[in-house]
Amino acid sequence: MADTMQFDLVSPERMLASMQASEVQIPGAEGDMTAMPDHMPLITTLRPGILRATGSDGTQEFVVSGGFAEITATSASVLAENAVPRSEVTPDFLEKLRKEAEAAHAQAAPEVQDYTAKALADLAHLADQMV
Amino acid sequence: MPSLKDLKTRIESVKSTRKITKAMQMVAAAKLRRAQEAAEASRPYAERFNAVMAGLSASAMASGQGPKLLTGTGSDQTHLLVVMTAERGLCGGFNSSIVRMARAKAEELLGAGKTIKILTVGKKGREQLKRDYEDQFVGHIDLTEVKRIGYANAQDIAKDILDRFDAGEFDVATVFFNTFQSVIAQEPTEVQIIPASFEAEEGATASFYDYEPGEEEILEALLPRGVATAIFSGLLENGASEQGARMSAMDNATRNAGEMIDKLTIQFNRSRQAVITNELIEIISGAEAL
Repeated sequence: MADTMQFDLVSPERMLASMQASEVQIPGAEGDMTAMPDHMPLITTLRPGILRATGSDGTQEFVVSGGFAEITATSASVLAENAVPRSEVTPDFLEKLRKEAEAAHAQAAPEVQDYTAKALADLAHLADQMV
Repeated sequence: MPSLKDLKTRIESVKSTRKITKAMQMVAAAKLRRAQEAAEASRPYAERFNAVMAGLSASAMASGQGPKLLTGTGSDQTHLLVVMTAERGLCGGFNSSIVRMARAKAEELLGAGKTIKILTVGKKGREQLKRDYEDQFVGHIDLTEVKRIGYANAQDIAKDILDRFDAGEFDVATVFFNTFQSVIAQEPTEVQIIPASFEAEEGATASFYDYEPGEEEILEALLPRGVATAIFSGLLENGASEQGARMSAMDNATRNAGEMIDKLTIQFNRSRQAVITNELIEIISGAEAL
């Protein structure tokens, strides 16, 4: 069994990380999960949260929101609409995300309000974690 | 025959034009590099996204029912044409080639008895299309203030389009833009974004994945993003093409100005010579007459 896998984090504008990782903690839509080499093939959507990738040179953290992760036995690719290294996250950025989520929630049809409300709660939780 | 003074002013003015076109060419070259880098940086995302979507949509299509964004509304009566052009001119045939393509499509659809609606991104396209399709015009997105195109711009455009789709304003949406091939070649391209079609590259990769939440929910969540992604890559291709087109147009202009200056200089020298000869003749014949 290999002890590392290829980890890629891409946003539409750039590639944030591409490295060998031994584990990747992903904020999946239905709960956090940690992907390790030889994981079962899985695609999950993301909720706003913190992504941690552990490689040979320590752990890197990113704040991600919107998008999905594709996990196979040998790789984990995360495609996030918004992705920023944790050290570069500013309160403004979180505020912007929150505003967008609120607007989405306000406009959402009743049947998806659960989902948008959850996104809002996730963001609030994320903001708490960041402080 | 223009006077010496006229020729002199013309030469000066062509010279300053050449300076301007030369400067524009260099600015375009610098911007082109940046635009190309941006286009390249966005490629990994778009490729992976499409690969996953291809798998997902293949299985959704197989089951025969999927979200409207994928399967369409069941009719193709109303078409939305999203025409993406530049905000500025002076870039050769860049804008007109897109407009020409969009116009051909519009005529074809109108000929087939369909209804069309036009949404433009970029000022130049609006100027050219507004004259002929005043009634079909539904909107314009202004990017004049945008220095560097970001994903957020694409999201805004996608949102506008999706809102219209949800409101039932159209059935099929097609985007027009230029694909960057090289500095001298840009190819006008049309891409249908709604209903979306994803090209499956490596067979049915979808079958062995587990999905969380369900396959349909993922598809539902990702399709709107697919529209944004398609628009974003269109915008970036367009950005690179625009700079490439401007660069070669300005290169040509600089060369033409150079030729013009040479021609005018020769003419100037000839007429100066003629004036001198004339004066000499006058003096000599004056002296002889005495």
